[in-house]
Amino acid sequence: MLTFTIRRLILAVPTLLFISLVIFLLLELAPGDPMAQVPLTVPAEVKEKMRLALGLGEPMHIRFWKWLVQFFWIEPQVLIDNIFGTSLAEGQLRVISWQTRSPVMDIVVQRIPQTLWVVGTAYVVAILIALPIGIYSAYRQYSWFDQMGTFVSMVGFSVPPFFSGVLVIVIFSVQLGWFPSIYDTTHVVDSWDAFVFQLKQMIMPVMVLALQITAQLSRFMRASMLDNLNQDYVRTARAKGLSEYVVVMVHVLRNSMIPVVTVIALGIPSIFGGAIITEQVFKVNGIGQLLIGAIQANDLPMVQTLTFIFAVLIVLFNLIADVLYGILDPRIRYD
Amino acid sequence: MTDKERFVPDEGMAPASTAVPAAGALEELHKPPRSQWLDVWDQFKSHRGALMGGALFLFIILAVYLGPFFWELEATQIDIRARNQGPSWAHPFGTDQLGRDMLARMMAGGATSVSVGLTAMLLALFLGSFIGVMAGFFKKLDGPLMRLTDLFLALPLLPLLLVMMLLFREPLNAAFGPEQGIFILIVISIGVTSWMPTARIVRGDVLALKEREFVMAARSIGTTNSGLITRHILPNVLSPIMVSATLGIATAIITESSLSFLGLGFPPDFPTWGRLLFDATDYLQQHPERVFWPGMAISLTVLSVNYLGDGLRDALDPRIRGR
Repeated sequence: MLTFTIRRLILAVPTLLFISLVIFLLLELAPGDPMAQVPLTVPAEVKEKMRLALGLGEPMHIRFWKWLVQFFWIEPQVLIDNIFGTSLAEGQLRVISWQTRSPVMDIVVQRIPQTLWVVGTAYVVAILIALPIGIYSAYRQYSWFDQMGTFVSMVGFSVPPFFSGVLVIVIFSVQLGWFPSIYDTTHVVDSWDAFVFQLKQMIMPVMVLALQITAQLSRFMRASMLDNLNQDYVRTARAKGLSEYVVVMVHVLRNSMIPVVTVIALGIPSIFGGAIITEQVFKVNGIGQLLIGAIQANDLPMVQTLTFIFAVLIVLFNLIADVLYGILDPRIRYD
Repeated sequence: MTDKERFVPDEGMAPASTAVPAAGALEELHKPPRSQWLDVWDQFKSHRGALMGGALFLFIILAVYLGPFFWELEATQIDIRARNQGPSWAHPFGTDQLGRDMLARMMAGGATSVSVGLTAMLLALFLGSFIGVMAGFFKKLDGPLMRLTDLFLALPLLPLLLVMMLLFREPLNAAFGPEQGIFILIVISIGVTSWMPTARIVRGDVLALKEREFVMAARSIGTTNSGLITRHILPNVLSPIMVSATLGIATAIITESSLSFLGLGFPPDFPTWGRLLFDATDYLQQHPERVFWPGMAISLTVLSVNYLGDGLRDALDPRIRGR
C-alpha cells in the first residue's frame, strides 16, 4: 500500500508538470493584451516599458521556468514564513497578479473562506441527505419512495444551477422576500442576529448546490446498496438470525460505502473550483468568481495559478480516492 | 462475473424466447424469428419514463427545427412598440425588452442549443470510441492512450473551456463569420473536453470482448484487424456508446448554456437558451416568466434525454432484458 502511494505520488509529478505546461501554452496563445485597459493617452514606449515590467519581454521558456520557481519554490517559503515567522522568502519575487499587482496567493487565501463556507456546507448537507435517501430507496426498490427519489435526482441532474439559482431567487427573494439574493461576503458574524443573517444568506446557494450533489450521490448510494443486497453474505446474515437493522445498516451499508466514499473524495476538488456558476448567480466572492474575473481581465498569472491549483486538487484527490479504496476494501491489492 | 452470467448475453441474440408457457408454445413456434432490436424495443417500451422522455425529446426537436416554418414572426424582428408584453395570442410567450417575440426566440435559441448538443455529442462520441477501441484493441497503444485520458480527466474543464473560448474566438470569427465561428469553437471545445468517460467504458468492453471465442474464431479465419474492429468489435460495444451518446447530449447542452450564461458563448444578438436566460436575469424583478421559459426548456430537454438514456441502458443490457 505504501509503495503504491509513493509510486503514484512520484507519477503525479510529471503529470502535474505536463498539465502546467499545457495551461501555460494555452494562455500563451491568448490574443488579449494586459495593457488593453491602460488609457490611450499613455505613449506606446511607456506601454512597452510597462509590458517589460510585467515580465512579458522574456522568451516563453524562461517565463515558464520563472513561474515554476515562483510557484513551487518561493510560495512554499512564504507559507513557512507565515506559519513560523521566519524570513526565508524575503525580497524574492512571488507570482504577481496583473490586475491588482499583489501576490496571487494572497488573494486566493482571502477568497478561499467564502468558497469553503458556501460550497463546503452544501457538500456536507448533500451527503447527509443523499446517504439516507440512497439507502432507503435501494432497500425498498421500486416503491413510491424509490420512484420519487429517482425522479428528484433526475431533476437534480437536469436543472442547471443557473436556472435553479435564478428560480430560487425569484421565489424566495423577489416574491416572498425571505432571503437576500446577493451574498454579502463582508458580513462579520459577531452576534446572534449576525449569525441568523449569515444563515439566511447561505440557505439559497447551499440549497442549489446541494440539490445537484445530492442527485449524484443518492444514485450512487442506491446502486451500490442494490449490488450488495443480493449478495450471498446478506442471505447468510439473515439466516443467522440477525435483525434486519443489523443486516442492512451494518453488513450491507459498510460494504456499499466503499465505492461511495471514493466518489465523495473525488468530488471534493469541485468544492474549490466547480461552483463557478453558483458563485456567479449569487455573487459569492469566492474562487470561481475570482477565476471568471481574471479571465475577463486577461490576468494570465492569476488564471494560470488558479487552474493549476484546481488541477493539483483533482490529481491529489484521485490519488486519495484510490488509496481509500485500497484501505477500505481489503480485497483490492495494488501490488 | 460468474460463468453463468457470462453466457446470458448470448440469449439476447437467440431467435426466439425458450421459456414460454405450454399454451403459447405452438403459436410461438410459428412466429417469425425476433431480431435483437425488436427485443430491445420491447424492453424499452416497458420503461414508461424512457418512453415519455423519448417522446418529449422528439417533440422538442420537431418544435425547434420545424416550428419556425409555422410561426411566421422572426426571432430578430424588433417591434419596439410591443415591448415587454405578457403572454397573448399574438405572442404566446410574450415579448422582450425590444419587442422581439419570445416564442420565435425560444425556437431559434433551441435550434442552436440542440444543434450544439447533437454535434458536440457526435464529436465526443467519435473521439471517445476511437480512442477507447484503439486502447482496448492494441496493447501497445493502451498505456499511452489511457495516460492521455487520465491527463484530460485531471484538467479542470470549465476553467479550461472558458480559457479556450477567450483564446480562439477572434481567429475563428475572422475565418468563418461570427455565428459559424463561435458554433465551431463551442462544438469543438465541448467535444474535446468530454470524450473521456466514453473512451474508458469502450476500452473496458473491448478488453473483455477481445478474449471471447468469436473474436478468436474470426481471427483464425484470417480477418484483418480493421475487419475485426468494424465487423465484430464495434457492433458489440454499440450499447455503451449509445447510452453515453444520450448522456453526452445532456452534458453538451448544459455546458453550452453555462458558457452562454457566463457571457462567453454566442454573441448577444444570436439567441440560445442559455443566452436568453442570461439576458432575462436583468429583468428578473419585473418579468420573472422570461427566465422561466428558457430555463424550463433546458431542464426539460436534459431531463428527457436523461430518462431516454436510462431506458436505453436497461433495454440494451441483455441481462436485464426479458425479465
